[in-house]
Amino acid sequence: MSDQVMKTDMDEVVAPTAGLSGGVRSSSKHDSGPKHVAGEAVYIDDINEPFGTLHLAPGAATIAHGKISKLDLSKVRTAPGVVCVLTADDIPGQNDVSPAHTDDEPVLPDGIVQFYGQPVFCVAAETRAQARAAAQLAEIEYEELPAVLDVAEALEKQLFVAPPHVMKQGDAKAALARAKHRHAGRMDIGGQDHFYLEGQISFAIPGEDGDVLLHCSTQHPSEVQHNIANVLGRPANAVTVEVRRMGGGFGGKETQAMQWAALAAIVATKTGRPAKFRLDRDDDMVMTGKRHDFIVDYDVGFDDDGRICGLDIQYAANCGFSADLSAAIADRAMFHTDNAYYLGDVEIRSYRCKTNLVSNTAFRGFGGPQGMVAIERIIDEIAMTVGRDPMDVRIANYYDTKDRNTTPYHMVVEDNVLPELTDDILKASDYRKRREEITAFNAESPVLKKGLSLTPVKFGISFTTTFLNQAGALIHVYQDGSVHLNHGGTEMGQGLFIKVAQVVAEEFQIDLDQIKITPTNTGKVPNTSATAASSGADMNGMAARDAAMTIKNRLIAFAAEKYGVAESTVRFVPGKVIVGDKDELAFADLIKQAYLARVSLSATGYYATPKIHYDRESASGRPFYYFAYGMACSEVLIDTLTGEYKVTRVDIIHDVGRSLNPAIDLGQIEGGFIQGMGWLTSEELWWDDKGSLRTHAPSTYKIPACSDRPEDFRMELWSSGRNVEKTIHRSKAVGEPPLMLAISVHRAIADAVASVTDHKVVPALDTPATPEAVLHAVADCAKRMIEKVHSAQSMAGE
Amino acid sequence: MASATTSFRSDIRFLLGDEERSLRDVDPQMTVLEYLRLTERKSGTKEGCAEGDCGACTVVLGEPDGKGGMAYRTVNACIQFVPTLDGKQLLTVEHLKTTDGSLHPVQQAMVETHGSQCGFCTPGFVMSLYQLWLDGGEDDRGAINDALAGNLCRCTGYGPIIEAARKAGGVAANDSAEQKRRADIATNLTAMVEGEGTLALEHPAGRYFAPRTSDELAALLVAHPDATVLAGGTDVGLWVTKMLKRLDPIIYIGDVDDLKSVTEADDALVIGAGVTYSRAHDALGRVASDVGELVRRIGSRQIRNAGTVGGNIANGSPIGDTPPALIALGAKVVLRMGDVRREVPLEEFFITYGKQDRHPGEFVESVIVPKPQSGLVFKAYKISKRFDQDITAVLGAFAIKVDDNGKVSEFRAAFGGMAGTPMRAKKCEAALIGKDWDEANLNAAQLALASEFSPMTDMRASKEYRMLVAQNLLTKLFIETSAPDIATRLVGKEAAHV
Repeated sequence: MSDQVMKTDMDEVVAPTAGLSGGVRSSSKHDSGPKHVAGEAVYIDDINEPFGTLHLAPGAATIAHGKISKLDLSKVRTAPGVVCVLTADDIPGQNDVSPAHTDDEPVLPDGIVQFYGQPVFCVAAETRAQARAAAQLAEIEYEELPAVLDVAEALEKQLFVAPPHVMKQGDAKAALARAKHRHAGRMDIGGQDHFYLEGQISFAIPGEDGDVLLHCSTQHPSEVQHNIANVLGRPANAVTVEVRRMGGGFGGKETQAMQWAALAAIVATKTGRPAKFRLDRDDDMVMTGKRHDFIVDYDVGFDDDGRICGLDIQYAANCGFSADLSAAIADRAMFHTDNAYYLGDVEIRSYRCKTNLVSNTAFRGFGGPQGMVAIERIIDEIAMTVGRDPMDVRIANYYDTKDRNTTPYHMVVEDNVLPELTDDILKASDYRKRREEITAFNAESPVLKKGLSLTPVKFGISFTTTFLNQAGALIHVYQDGSVHLNHGGTEMGQGLFIKVAQVVAEEFQIDLDQIKITPTNTGKVPNTSATAASSGADMNGMAARDAAMTIKNRLIAFAAEKYGVAESTVRFVPGKVIVGDKDELAFADLIKQAYLARVSLSATGYYATPKIHYDRESASGRPFYYFAYGMACSEVLIDTLTGEYKVTRVDIIHDVGRSLNPAIDLGQIEGGFIQGMGWLTSEELWWDDKGSLRTHAPSTYKIPACSDRPEDFRMELWSSGRNVEKTIHRSKAVGEPPLMLAISVHRAIADAVASVTDHKVVPALDTPATPEAVLHAVADCAKRMIEKVHSAQSMAGE
Repeated sequence: MASATTSFRSDIRFLLGDEERSLRDVDPQMTVLEYLRLTERKSGTKEGCAEGDCGACTVVLGEPDGKGGMAYRTVNACIQFVPTLDGKQLLTVEHLKTTDGSLHPVQQAMVETHGSQCGFCTPGFVMSLYQLWLDGGEDDRGAINDALAGNLCRCTGYGPIIEAARKAGGVAANDSAEQKRRADIATNLTAMVEGEGTLALEHPAGRYFAPRTSDELAALLVAHPDATVLAGGTDVGLWVTKMLKRLDPIIYIGDVDDLKSVTEADDALVIGAGVTYSRAHDALGRVASDVGELVRRIGSRQIRNAGTVGGNIANGSPIGDTPPALIALGAKVVLRMGDVRREVPLEEFFITYGKQDRHPGEFVESVIVPKPQSGLVFKAYKISKRFDQDITAVLGAFAIKVDDNGKVSEFRAAFGGMAGTPMRAKKCEAALIGKDWDEANLNAAQLALASEFSPMTDMRASKEYRMLVAQNLLTKLFIETSAPDIATRLVGKEAAHV
């Protein structure tokens, strides 16, 4: 690396560069904003359909588990407009789209149905309406097999999709035995549908030699490419996957796009006609995986101050019928058992349970939220047991900076900012004073009760499967100085494309509007990882910067030689390049000269996250490059007669390091928080006793609406934030961590419920805390309080 | 067939933006969204759910307001059938930019506040914001919530969109150029359909009639007793988009002018069957503030702009929101077949799940809603997982009069979500009438409630919750009527400010 490049060390950029439009640290608008608002942003269903495009529809199973004894599709085949009908027999290559190649996720099932709603066959017709109508005409009969529909039963029967896993530090059993206080409990944690506004869609266009170009709404184009090649029985180079943008992803388009892409690709290659598969919303919700629901059993030991001295905790994750990403997701729940707390002697066991339900999958937080919500409830229960304010018990359990700083997976927490962040949020939220006011309010208000909670987030950043932490980019500079930017990350609304473009603008010192952001395409940057694990900007930003630096270094060498100056005197400043003491060139002029002098103006870039390693066998290592931190304080008002509630105020301070784009980061924080709030409150997945999901549309599945956004919502980026690791411009990942800030809402509701008994009875509030769950918790607390009083009276009587 | 004087017209005429459209050979149950995306190839309007719940397909419909101007409203294009556009102006996200290509103020505001992330819900939000702008803009958070309740966003958390609503402002009420523009459109639309006969489509996929008078409607229904009566389409639309049903014929009542009026007398309201919730909202709010609050929470702005009070009754849903309230108020429904009318107390109209007291060829013409006389207090409580745009788990509606001696002299209680139909709680009523309004009798009424209802468990609530919350709603009624200083409400005009 030349001296010149060293001089533009990323640490130097602490504020937007003057004279540069759209460099790092600027709140540049989402690049697609003006197109979004005009209806001009092209999603896959908006691409002009070539002549002859076919449309696909799925035919679904109507039992949860069983053998297909009869599959008569003759009426389907002869229905108006039908061109072809696919079953498992029509898969040219391997009938499997499992991401980890576990061979347990068929494109279409070969004889055995494994969940209610599983696509059994697929119809391609001239119009979508014809395909949907034809799909109703199948005659299917089954020999039913016993179906396991809940995780508790799967655990009892030891039905797993992957082997159990254990993580330990010290001796939990011994620590529990000598603990002064102990508390055991069980928590049910519900799942969550992604409810991306754009449903799953793939559009396959056949090429020559049996090749196929797939427009696919996916967070993982490379995996779609590889798996679809496998399904087609073709090499990976026969399939190209392109993604301009998704209408939301949230983890739901990491692996779940695969099946629809595969079927569209098969139809396209089989018929030689373009084939589009767009799922109806109800089919999407029934047929694609969700956030895992969990059962958590725990036994915690602690001292008089509420400081934890031993924890035994067991997770049972409902994985559904196949493995998908469940092993890594269940691992991440284990990795976040601690959240911000030193657990000392701890044993964490995790079971990956197999049920006859749709296979659960990645969802923002990837298991982390389930681990975290459990420990936060445990902390609250400890606080009530020892009679301290939960905030004080949280502080008492925080990781220290010198000792008490190893995680259950033996990683030293090196970047702990918990004390400073806590000071700031306590001040901003006025927590202590409001706690007193709320206690006074509750004493006077018999029906409506307030609750307050302040919870921290510490979230590990990196794919815990180490090899996934790599990214690539491709940059071309054309003769007119305009720049073509491409990288392996995908845009699902999170603002990745604009952030990476800002990095490149900063590097070249050119305005953002000179950079063309281009669709993710497996033909441009190969072998990419999913845009997931919050890693998009960290990794693709670095890879793009690497590509830009390669070109820049060539330009520097060229200019130094041409003008006879030292390389160190060639400087890129906004819009131009200064060469030596006197010469100054517009960026475009230097490019033109470099082209004429036969300097390559195209480069790839690459990045592999440093420092990380993890040995899964011993469950130890440094799986995370760094941690992202944040804190939220939520206040709620509940109705003890109905269980309804309203979030009345939220304060958030979140650490994004040094922000690449403050506006985009704030958007992620607010959006993540509200999505997390939905998971923990109104979003309830409900299956009937046949295993049929009955909350399969927005009429029955309730994500937060506009009025659910708290009226008083205060959030800020932590002003002291700076990544101690050398990430892209010292920023921190922001996609997932804010979702878990919403745990404060759940805990505040529990606090309000506990106020009914003057915090004498610990409410066993599970998630989601629907009005029904809250009313039951209120009733349960009141009942247990009466029992408590009675038993105290009878004790006194004796 | 309709009376001999009726003349028929077989093309659907409307304005798409400023362009006239005359459509023939359209499947009557093609949705406006399909038409826009597949026929017009205007892909700005998105499909998010195809059931009117996410708002990604929100468009604005304009029609002459009868006063020389235009009345605009948002609707969900995914569940509106194309023939219902007849005589209207359809505006989509593509129509908002000015001719020089610059963004409309609501679009500009959305860009500036970072109001879009993935962008898929954005066109729908833009159209809801455009409606607000057309109505003069809004700064109040509650009013913005109400305008946006039918638009779901999964990315932003709504804050930037709320900010955009405030920032965009609205068209000035005295903007004469805008008034002139609207007057011209109204004139144009009126000329397109007035005196041009009744829209009657004969398509191989099915027939469609849009009578313009109730007499014409009555005659058509006698001729086609098995017709599907279409009002707002907020329910019927889903029969098509989700259940893939074929409806033939469809008789649309949304263009029947004499069914679209609300007549307000001292003692009662008469609401025509074609009156949307939005149009009935203010008048119902004057009957009792809780009825107004209930209507505010039915569906979303888009749904209330299309759905009708009459339709909410006629479809007989056990979880419709207005019936329990109307039953508690003692409402009657006016049914008509040909020229024969009969009045039925609303609670008797609902016979059992899926069955109403309506004969083939008969239609709901209007609803008569008595206003509570002095001393009668009306309260209604809608319980659902989410406050806005959610279908009710339990709805309790109560009309109670407590005399000077503290005795209950009148009491009508009705519930939704507790049985196969909206139902009066007669045992519960009996347990209180003539008794002191005190805790002991409240408990007796709650026990009576448990003896007369056996609610079911489904995705919205368990039977246990339904019963417990129904009983607790009586407690809430008791507190609100006997200790009004105690805060009991989380939302609405009476929400506690704590």
